[in-house]
Amino acid sequence: MAVTSFDPIVSKRLRIPNSHTLEVYLSNDGYVGLKKALSMNPEDVASEVMTASLLGRGGAGFPAGRKWAMLKNDLVKYLVINGDESEPATFKDHELVEKDPHQIIEGTIIAAYALGVTQAFIFCRGEFALGFERLQSALNEAYEYGALGRDIFGSGFSLDMVIHPGAGAYICGEETALLESLEGKRGYPRIKPPFFPAVIGLYGKPTVVNNMETVSNLPWIVINGGAAFAALGEGSSAGTRLFALSGHVNRPGWYEIEMAKTTFRDLIEHPDLGGGIRMGRSLKAFIPGGVSAPWFGPNEMDMPLSQDAVAQAGSMLGSGSVVVMDETTCPVRAAWRITKFFSRESCGQCTPCREGSGWIERTMRRIELGAGRMEDIDLVLDACDNISPGLSWPPKQTTICVLGPSIPSSVNSAITMFRDDFVAHIKDGKCNYA
Amino acid sequence: MAHLSKELYEKCKSVVALYPEARSALIPLCHMAQGQEGWLTSEAIEDIAELTGVTPAEVRGTASFYDMLHLEPVGKYVVAMCTNIACMLNGSMELLDHAEEKLGISAGGTTSDGEFTLEESECLAGCDKAPCVQVNHRFFGPLDNKGFDQLLDDLKAGKLSDDVPSHGVLSRVDRRFPLALSPSEVAAERAEMENAKSQRDEKRKVSEGAN
Repeated sequence: MAVTSFDPIVSKRLRIPNSHTLEVYLSNDGYVGLKKALSMNPEDVASEVMTASLLGRGGAGFPAGRKWAMLKNDLVKYLVINGDESEPATFKDHELVEKDPHQIIEGTIIAAYALGVTQAFIFCRGEFALGFERLQSALNEAYEYGALGRDIFGSGFSLDMVIHPGAGAYICGEETALLESLEGKRGYPRIKPPFFPAVIGLYGKPTVVNNMETVSNLPWIVINGGAAFAALGEGSSAGTRLFALSGHVNRPGWYEIEMAKTTFRDLIEHPDLGGGIRMGRSLKAFIPGGVSAPWFGPNEMDMPLSQDAVAQAGSMLGSGSVVVMDETTCPVRAAWRITKFFSRESCGQCTPCREGSGWIERTMRRIELGAGRMEDIDLVLDACDNISPGLSWPPKQTTICVLGPSIPSSVNSAITMFRDDFVAHIKDGKCNYA
Repeated sequence: MAHLSKELYEKCKSVVALYPEARSALIPLCHMAQGQEGWLTSEAIEDIAELTGVTPAEVRGTASFYDMLHLEPVGKYVVAMCTNIACMLNGSMELLDHAEEKLGISAGGTTSDGEFTLEESECLAGCDKAPCVQVNHRFFGPLDNKGFDQLLDDLKAGKLSDDVPSHGVLSRVDRRFPLALSPSEVAAERAEMENAKSQRDEKRKVSEGAN
């Protein structure tokens, strides 16, 4: 495996000064893809995206082209862009919205054209205040430039777009909770199946929800063709992807990487990427795709960044965020903090998630602080099993959405990989890493 | 008598007009009201209810779900410190201890002079700058104890007033364009697009049949 060289797709403008302005955008191929798309039939644009095998970049990795094909035909339908990036350690959409808002807008217009939608919403995480401002400014510029509004570039296609703020709730990244929030309600996920947003979505109308990074790929795909995108990467993991690297590495940051061609070791250790683990320490564990993902250890370092390979090994690339933990990391503390997050962010609709996350969080805290009992380890696993029976991967679901089944991932990984650390906490009555 | 300023009230009306249903503007309006007051006063909630066609209880019930919407007064600066995994691995829990000691409050509290509210937050998506902190939703990081003290000093001295606006994430940039299409036009456009599509399908069928 190696770090392959290619012309970056979604990140090509991110390091250019003032990349968020229309002027810089236009001088770097801005709105070229849209103009080309508008000269094509909408179905042909959709078919290029199908050919590209562009996987959704939000976390579930569902093919975008297939999601589009599922949209029920109706006179009124909507497109919603999910920019509520909140999976811990994920910060790619944050970069895209602050540094290249026009690319998001252009991608959204292309998607709307392909889907025959005339009103689109971009849901931007509320905490991205600067990103929201830049997106709103870019929207103003796009209207002024004629890329939005009536009769876009004389094509006869018209589209209105609204930038909508979130208000601080992880669950609103779940697409049906996002739609509830966009309707001005509490972010409670909706029950599905049978009715997915493609049939009953925003205001009860067919709706496509796509991630911000997903649509950011569209201008390039339209310009270069779906086949050129599919030629990058391998198998179902086509194209490139923005990975967010954090934790104990020398060079934390976002890196656009060709999927399936590069390994976790490359990402973490290559001098142009992560630059290795801090202070020359050794690796204890890493999280391959956001805190909902089960952990990996040193044995998985040479695995390619491929959705299928990671899934077969019992975890997921998820939201594309890799967290590195070195040998000085207390696994009890790390898993406890992650559980605390889920406990706080559970929307409270389903008992296993609402109650289970609290039970696990309190028991984990007790162990971390040195007041744990030996039977607590099994108690935690039992509570995990009640949320997701069998603790298998992909997890079984007892709840409306996947937040619940994501809770056991980190706890189960920590206990399975580092049971001795849990035992030591309980025996010694303290955390030996503190 | 509206509690929101006349100017803000008008701006709110233009935001309501962007959505197919008025209630969709509820959260944007909460942000805008916080831009004026810092938090959601009962009077502001009544205005939002009126503007979005729901009851004040529904506004309050919705707002209470969201971390960014405050139902109680907050300080001039809301300092949100992430302690989630990436920041934790880089010492944010120790930084939070320091911040609590420095400000003399626990996370969730506000200093008696009304300057600072300290919050322990979940991941803010600033993990490459861990440990990261937001002040009124503007990013700072990576920060150590000294860097945090400096940040507080700069805020107190007003040195960051350009970077850190007062409350409200929607306070600085306004949308300048109303919707281009009226609902009846949208319906007509859609019908036209459907028609064009079926004509293309028809043509394709004919040409495929010919092949």
